[in-house]
Amino acid sequence: MKPVPTERLSVTREGPHVRSGLAGYLACFNGIVWREVLRFIHQRERFLSALVRPLVWLFIFAAGFRQVLGVSIIPPYETYVLYEVFVTPGLIGMILLFNAMQSSLSMVYDRETGAMRILLVSPFPRWFLLVSKLIGSSAVSLLQVYVFLLIAYFWEIEPPLLGYFTVLPALVLSGLMLGALALFISSIIRQLENFAGVMNFVIFPMFFASSALYPLWRIRESSPLLYEICRFNPFTHAVELIRFALYVQLDPASLAAVLAFTAVFLAAAIYAYNPSKGLLGRRGAPGGAA
Amino acid sequence: MRLKYPLLTGALLLLPVPVEANTVFVSNEKDNTVSVIDSNTLQVTKTIKVGQRPRGITLARNGEWLLICASDDNTVQVFDAKTLEFIKNLPSGPDPELFVLHPTGNPLYIANEDDNIVTVVDIEKGTVLTEIPVGVEPEGMGVSPDGKILVNTSETTNMAHFIDTESNKSIDHVLVDARPRYAEFTPDGSQVWVSSEIGGTVSVIDVKTRKPVGKVSFQINGVNADAIQPVGVRITRDGKKAFVALGPANRVAVIDVATLKVERYLLVGQRVWQLAFTPDEKQLFTTNGTSNDVSIIDVEKLRVTKSVKVGRYPWGVVVAPF
Repeated sequence: MKPVPTERLSVTREGPHVRSGLAGYLACFNGIVWREVLRFIHQRERFLSALVRPLVWLFIFAAGFRQVLGVSIIPPYETYVLYEVFVTPGLIGMILLFNAMQSSLSMVYDRETGAMRILLVSPFPRWFLLVSKLIGSSAVSLLQVYVFLLIAYFWEIEPPLLGYFTVLPALVLSGLMLGALALFISSIIRQLENFAGVMNFVIFPMFFASSALYPLWRIRESSPLLYEICRFNPFTHAVELIRFALYVQLDPASLAAVLAFTAVFLAAAIYAYNPSKGLLGRRGAPGGAA
Repeated sequence: MRLKYPLLTGALLLLPVPVEANTVFVSNEKDNTVSVIDSNTLQVTKTIKVGQRPRGITLARNGEWLLICASDDNTVQVFDAKTLEFIKNLPSGPDPELFVLHPTGNPLYIANEDDNIVTVVDIEKGTVLTEIPVGVEPEGMGVSPDGKILVNTSETTNMAHFIDTESNKSIDHVLVDARPRYAEFTPDGSQVWVSSEIGGTVSVIDVKTRKPVGKVSFQINGVNADAIQPVGVRITRDGKKAFVALGPANRVAVIDVATLKVERYLLVGQRVWQLAFTPDEKQLFTTNGTSNDVSIIDVEKLRVTKSVKVGRYPWGVVVAPF
């Protein structure tokens, strides 16, 4: 079966009953975001597993890793911190990363079940649909992050109160960056089964080759090459942006990097989801031959 | 370069700003200097050259004089605490390590580590009044709030020596755990707390009966018991909380005085040695010997707020009320 160009499908849907203008955009945005939230609420296991994963790292892994920080004071901290405190922004990054990838998994799933066709036949611009989808999945991440921070508070991870507010924009931005990356990846995955590959080739390298678990100066001590890799890892910048924001500070270098990576990933995702130009058609478009 | 959120500045304006500025003096054992820190800005404002191996540090004449044990110069130096100008040397006996001033402001009791004596010095006249023989390697010095009892600890004899300040004679000796380093009276004068560096404990001794009435032990997850070496002790004026510096455990223990239970361990720099409150007891400064910095503890919230670089091997600390 030949792939059906989705753009043509959307044209057939246009008619007098379709609301346009701002209200239409809002309705569309609400629909997409609400679907993400609903999907999340209906999957309690997903919420639990998203929470248990960083907590396991916090309670077990961090306990055995206390010496890794040595005796240095690492900005934004103004004094010595326990490893649990250091690793918390990294674990927040982990929540965002896994959630973004899970959302990418759901895109593949949507494609297999045909739900994506409904999304893509919408008369609204594709970039708008994709960004709405991203915002939806980021909103879900935020809920998880704040629940995690609440539990961590009782584990003596007590950032300044103001930090809980200033971290919000950093979380949104990092969530969008990782979500855009995941969206792009989802466009090149053919089947659900390939998600394991995403784990191995994207999530793990991104997470481990970053400043999430160890300070970069420690990595430089053991491997200058790995240090350079970590510095170019978008995830490192997301973690540092969150780390500084949680302590009511701004790290302009990380902000610039995260903004730039978000723009690049988003452009790539929009391009990849464009049926006339992108990778979707070639890789097996919705309803198309796999 | 890293910028703070403008929001932070706004928020800071709304927060109550500590109005009372104090000056913190830190003796740097290896650098032969004293670092001067502003307690509000937490910046080192000045570093002054002093004698060799400065350790014990205190204020005299209601904060007018800054007294420093220049251990390797075998003298106690007197500086003007405000202008930081050198005033005079006091005779101290050999290798003065730690000293304590009588509550009336004179005399000064100095522990002479190498000579097994406590030298009593009149700081105004600059004369030695007497020498009191004590155990081997005397170090810790504490005087009761009423000024009647002086307690000296001897590192090798492992004893707390009780000395009557009128007769300047030892009246009792209490055995404590290995290498007692510091003696601190509770504000009501009923107890004296003696920290034992090697023993890893703090002995609580009843001053009247001169019998140990309790002992505080420490246990920190992930820290080897050998690294827990209590040194400096400070007790709040209300007699409710005690703070004990735990040396290479890099922690300050917070102890409930009534129950002798450790409430919390606060992570500070390496080999935390001595402690000093600001006069309002809102901040506690710790000297961190091997990380060459001073950590500042918010006493009310029991949080370490900041660590500030000073000279090499910061040892003693005292806070002046100006």
